[in-house]
Amino acid sequence: MRRFSKRVPLTLAVMALIVAACGGDGGGATTTAATDQGGSTTAPAGTDAPATTASPSEDAVTLSFLYDDNPVTIATAEALVAAFTATHPNVTFETETRPGGGEGDNLVKTRLATGEMTDVFWYNTGSLFQALNPTETIVPITDEPYIENIVDSFLPTVTAEGGVYGVPSQTAMGGGVLYNKTVYEDLGLSVPTTWEEFAANNDAILAAGITPVGQTYTDTWTSQLFVLADYYNIQTQDPDWAEKYTNNQAKYVDQPALAGFEHLQEGFEKGWYQENFGSTTFDDGLVLLANGEIAHYPMLTFALDAIAQNDAEAVQNIGFFGQPGNDAATHGTTIWMPAGIYIASTSEQQEVAKEFLAFVASLEGVDAMTAAVAPQGPYMIEGASLPEDTLPAVLDIQAYIDAGATAPALEFLSPIKGPNLEFLTVEVGSGLSTAADAAALYDEDVIAQAQQLGLPGW
Amino acid sequence: MNQRTEATSEVGSLSAGGTATVPSALGVEHRPTKTRLLAHKAYPHSFYIPAAIVYAVLFIVPTGMAFFFSLTRWSLFDWEFIGFENFVLFFNRPALVSSMRNTLIYAVVTSGLKVVLGLLLAVLFTSMIRLKTVMRSMVFFPVIVSIVAVGITFKILMHPSEGLINKTIELLGGVGPSWLTDPQIALLSVALVDVWRGVGIALVIFIAGIVSIPEEYTDAVRIDGGAWARFRHVIVPLSRNATFTVILLSLIGGLRSFDLIWTMTGGGPGFTTDVIASAIFKQYQAGFYGLSTAGNVILFIAVSIIVFPLMRYFNRKELDL
Repeated sequence: MRRFSKRVPLTLAVMALIVAACGGDGGGATTTAATDQGGSTTAPAGTDAPATTASPSEDAVTLSFLYDDNPVTIATAEALVAAFTATHPNVTFETETRPGGGEGDNLVKTRLATGEMTDVFWYNTGSLFQALNPTETIVPITDEPYIENIVDSFLPTVTAEGGVYGVPSQTAMGGGVLYNKTVYEDLGLSVPTTWEEFAANNDAILAAGITPVGQTYTDTWTSQLFVLADYYNIQTQDPDWAEKYTNNQAKYVDQPALAGFEHLQEGFEKGWYQENFGSTTFDDGLVLLANGEIAHYPMLTFALDAIAQNDAEAVQNIGFFGQPGNDAATHGTTIWMPAGIYIASTSEQQEVAKEFLAFVASLEGVDAMTAAVAPQGPYMIEGASLPEDTLPAVLDIQAYIDAGATAPALEFLSPIKGPNLEFLTVEVGSGLSTAADAAALYDEDVIAQAQQLGLPGW
Repeated sequence: MNQRTEATSEVGSLSAGGTATVPSALGVEHRPTKTRLLAHKAYPHSFYIPAAIVYAVLFIVPTGMAFFFSLTRWSLFDWEFIGFENFVLFFNRPALVSSMRNTLIYAVVTSGLKVVLGLLLAVLFTSMIRLKTVMRSMVFFPVIVSIVAVGITFKILMHPSEGLINKTIELLGGVGPSWLTDPQIALLSVALVDVWRGVGIALVIFIAGIVSIPEEYTDAVRIDGGAWARFRHVIVPLSRNATFTVILLSLIGGLRSFDLIWTMTGGGPGFTTDVIASAIFKQYQAGFYGLSTAGNVILFIAVSIIVFPLMRYFNRKELDL
């Protein structure tokens, strides 16, 4: 007994550790009950029987909904669910979160392939959407009236073989460079419109003892921005580049596409990045930018919400410009399309699910989103406008859109996106590899993707 | 009696049976004798059916399917037979080839250190020192902690500017390296954590091996030589079975290691700490299910090529005490 009692505290300590480790995981299902007995509210008073006069959509219905665990996504999805159930009290949502990134891609694919998907789900548009085999796994909404509400430029990103499959879940985003306006004012700099000007600004910032560019390689996906956000510049030089790329006729090893990799290498060689960029996280990067410890952070504008959550004042001090290219006359920015909301073809509640999608693609849906999350770019719904308190960086993006100086990111124009880009860009940005070598490896990397999709010419 | 008997009983409580059970778990056992063959016939064939069904459904069928799907381009929704293209692709990718090299380095380093440290600690903890039960528990403790928890903890401890390790080095006047982001040492950093985490198992096996060495040898050496002689001529050669077990176990563990590397570096920076298992996992995440299955077949073959000859060699050299 003595021996046993000695080990009890030890065992408890271990169990506490294990429980703590498990508790950190996101995910899990929660039920958002708009009303406890959805059906009974519409039932005629004094009868126990369910409403016989109600149309099918007024019966009590449970709709399951899967979305990723990004805080912005959660806030948006919850706001949409709450606003929808307020006008549809018979609908109860069972919501579920999933990890983002490759892990989430896998989960969604597996659940679709095994017929275990929720009724409606939130997932990327563009190349990732194409990999879901949408014609078999997702309900087409091509002929629904609310397709009219959606901005035309969004539709190709959720279209497969002529059918439309999803509605936009958020605002579009800009992909380029977030910058600290105080640093710019203090040093008397102006927003660069060419890469040369950008490099000159960085030299001045470095001379002033501030880190010019933040890189955050603990979250490897953040390393891709210099390459991906350069797509606008590729397109201005070769308007058909995306099509050639899909047809195996254009490569990253050649200009104009190589420039993105070269920028990353230049930044490392010129010492633009902060110390220990290899152990810096995305969240750290946002704090550094807000504090003015780094002047630029190549990023998507969805990061603005995360900055606002930490410090509502600091985010007013963040501006945005498109990644500069060679020519000031054509300066513009790359745009990321929002994720879509789709209906799984295995859903037994397709009518109600379509009503939900109609709500998401309406101005009421937009209002619900705006109330929950500050817009990070323009909405993809016709007639939706940005509120008065829109963040300055978002207004910067809007200015590019108004000027017509935007292009969608490559992943919305071509189904090909290799999985190893983020590791290759980390190598270039860390000085472990050169731009040319990494670009060549990336061209190899996408071959498997193209073959998997069965594209002609690969 | 003396300290030996006491040690045996303690080891029994930790490893439930000592040396006798550990090697047999690896198939390192004596060739079946005639009596044992006769014993097999004592059971009617119907007795084997339940186990055979479980084995077939859970092991043979999935293995066969894996071999098949490694020859296809598989998207979960449909598949296309492409022969050995996946294998060709695998060996043409520099990142995947370097992952094989990293796996070998990782397996050899962790296995080697676990043998050396495990043996030294076992000698210490079977000697007459105070608090050895407590210290044994402390060395064994990391084994029962979740690997992911260990990985996350050490990732924080090894942070180049904020981590406790480098803060300590700074206090002592030095400058600590970037443990996990310097491509030169990142793999070794993870390997060291793996050794810290896994040396407890090696320790238990070695203790079991050492306490099962018959008294007479120790007594003889006590007359003829000192402590070094005891270590060199009694403990090292006579705990050979335990050494083989530790080498095999840790080598197999090192070859298929994944969880610690994934939580600590994710294979980075770049591909510098990618091992076969993490490289396969990335292909799987990317949706290349056929290619990742081919990677698993390669891992299976690689482990077999390394481990089976070793096992045969060890079996031949096995000692009867």
